[in-house]
Amino acid sequence: MSEKVLMKGNEALAEAAMRAGCRYFFGYPITPQTELAAYMSKHMPKRDGVYLQAESEVAAINMVYGAASCGVRAMTSSSSPGVSLKTEGISYLAGADLPAVIINVQRGGPGLGSIQPSQADYWQATRAMGHGDFFLPVFAPSTVQEAADLVYEAFDVADRYRTPVVILADGMLGQMMEPVVLPPERDLADLPAKPWATSGTHGERAHNVTNSLCLDARELYEQNVERFERYAVIEREEVRAEEYLTEDADIVVVAFGAAARIARSAVNDARAAGIKAGLVRPITLWPFPAQAVRGCNAKAYLAVEMNMGQMVEDVRLAVEGAAPVAFFGRAGGVIPRPDEVLEQIAALAEGIGE
Amino acid sequence: MAQDMQAVLAGFGGQGTLFAGKVIAYAGLIEDRHVSWFPSYGPEMRGGTANCSVTLSDAPIGSPLVTEPDAVIAMNQPSYDRFVLEAKPGAVVVFDSDLVVPADARDDVRRVGIPAAKLAQDAEMGKLANVVLLGKLWAEARFCERATLDEAIRKCVPPSKAHLVEMNKQALEIGMGA
Amino acid sequence: MAEMECVFERPKSLLPVVTNYCPGCTHGIVERLVAECIDEFGMEGECVGVVPVGCSVMAYDFFACDMIEAAHGRAPAVATAAKLVFPDYLVFAYQGDGDLASIGMAETIHAATRGENITVIFINNAIYGMTGGQMAPTSLPHQVTQTSPYGRNPAYAGYPIRVCELLSSLDGVAYLERVSVDSPKNVRRAKKAIKRGFQNQIDKVGYSLIEVVSTCPTNWGLSPEDAFAWMRENMLPYYPLGVYKDIQADGFADAAEAATARAAACPLVNGTSGEE
Repeated sequence: MSEKVLMKGNEALAEAAMRAGCRYFFGYPITPQTELAAYMSKHMPKRDGVYLQAESEVAAINMVYGAASCGVRAMTSSSSPGVSLKTEGISYLAGADLPAVIINVQRGGPGLGSIQPSQADYWQATRAMGHGDFFLPVFAPSTVQEAADLVYEAFDVADRYRTPVVILADGMLGQMMEPVVLPPERDLADLPAKPWATSGTHGERAHNVTNSLCLDARELYEQNVERFERYAVIEREEVRAEEYLTEDADIVVVAFGAAARIARSAVNDARAAGIKAGLVRPITLWPFPAQAVRGCNAKAYLAVEMNMGQMVEDVRLAVEGAAPVAFFGRAGGVIPRPDEVLEQIAALAEGIGE
Repeated sequence: MAQDMQAVLAGFGGQGTLFAGKVIAYAGLIEDRHVSWFPSYGPEMRGGTANCSVTLSDAPIGSPLVTEPDAVIAMNQPSYDRFVLEAKPGAVVVFDSDLVVPADARDDVRRVGIPAAKLAQDAEMGKLANVVLLGKLWAEARFCERATLDEAIRKCVPPSKAHLVEMNKQALEIGMGA
Repeated sequence: MAEMECVFERPKSLLPVVTNYCPGCTHGIVERLVAECIDEFGMEGECVGVVPVGCSVMAYDFFACDMIEAAHGRAPAVATAAKLVFPDYLVFAYQGDGDLASIGMAETIHAATRGENITVIFINNAIYGMTGGQMAPTSLPHQVTQTSPYGRNPAYAGYPIRVCELLSSLDGVAYLERVSVDSPKNVRRAKKAIKRGFQNQIDKVGYSLIEVVSTCPTNWGLSPEDAFAWMRENMLPYYPLGVYKDIQADGFADAAEAATARAAACPLVNGTSGEE
């Protein structure tokens, strides 16, 4: 087993991506993800990989598009305002069915916002990573270890379903150091074959075309249907959540990423205070683990987010009115405190007569 | 096994508070504990102040942002003024007594002032006031085994500066004895 | 019957498909020239083309090599990545004036200044053709278009961009030539220029761009012949044909060598970038 090392989330994301076989990284500086790009610029050349600092986020994602089209594992990373710029290219990646990994180390918004940790891009990541009818898998790590593990797997998921994949991290996870055991260096020869790639015909096959244009309405409709059939498989096969003390829980807190760390502390405190609280931590935000949430059969739910209330809508859709769903959040880069969350849990417990 | 510790290390950029925080974090890693290190970042850093939160624990760590520290190292007045107020009752607050005037009204924290910058200078280790203060914090809080601390120093000093390891270890000793 | 020699045929790199181009459009000529060049290098199998948004948006169906359709203006970024993955392939971007000089100007400038070993074919016909004839960044002063119905007024619509002149100041650029395809002679010159652009890739000389001053009979509202006449009368004085940069003619092996010589007084330029 590999040694446990202390690493920043941003650096662990970069290192794990390279170990997953990513040799093409296109970046642009923005706080709080800059260490990721800096790490890539230092280490890619040592692995005969490419680090290219693009002229803009727009150019960077289109470089990812070009590299992915040529059949290699490619990645870009940014933080919220930069991710908005990338959404054009992400829509094209989805429309052309290209695998790629995009990392968002979120900060407070809207606009230029703050540079402090935030989860305000949940809607963007799960609903609108660009124009058009599409979803993409969204992974939300909550520890540095999980950041490394998920980016490593994200490339496989991207290849398996021919889709861009988003890692939705945040400034807290990007900046903090925690112990991490890095995944093994992947044998590049072991990467999946990509017969669709624009890797040169070598005179042996008809040309491959990477394209999202389709002027025939019926044909485009059918393409969309096929893509949504793939999404249905992803929803079935790739949905992930962690459940913590949910078995007998009356109050279930739902939180992802950094907020889940705080929620977990609050759940522990609630248990210590005699309240049967539990936590469902979505690891995939799309597909959303609706079954895990609904299956708790809690008397009340509490969504805790570092935003004004976004995932709470998915929690309500999952619960389908079977129980009340409350929300607690802090936005703009303010990090909620466990005692604030505990207060909310206690209030809900009182409401259901516990 | 040492107790859980939530520490804040704060000062001006360049004083080495982030480094001292890393040494604590590595000490936790070496002893296979749960560890988090979280810096202030971005323009805040470039504006002159730098601080980091470090947590050592035997259970998974929730928020890595320490809002109620039980250990503080303050290397300048603004850092002291801010974090002495956030400190938990019973916390230890270690500061450079030449740079900080403790004018707060807290009577429930343990204030430990040593002239760290001067001690470092006198020992011809000009920039290591941060490590001197870290030595003092260890003497007060015993957050890890003594030997672990030296090993953590070795891990944190980059290979290109390996010749500085011994000096850092001496700085720890000076702080412990101050 | 004596055996006949075939003296003219479709280039292998151009597929036998019907194009979407209007009668009299120059895209067909230029794309044929590109295909002929790929054939002559024998690199159809080791070639990736990147096409834009605009009239040539569907050129991915016309070329027999592997093709990538890029978002509007992003072809240089896409081509940059393709060339990084396949440094020994021919990689070309084929772009119109709106794509290259308006929405994609940042990508154009930066691919050029990075000295990407790619060849850009730039079709300048002073109008947005695909969307029906709007003002382009290269539309001439007082030129009437759908979105400059009283003529492009420089007082508020500014002036056309001369792309070759603009790019000629950048150190990563190896070769810039402005050509036209309005006569057999000029078609031959254009082909020579495109071939030079491809040769530069093979020789790893730096970035090459061939600008083709073109026409749009449909949106100009002119017959193909009158369109060429209008182009010669109005566009060529603004966009004179010729070579705007040729690093090798200047006596340098490649763009990097020329860039170093140009900044010889700067000590940093004479250093190297090491790796740990």
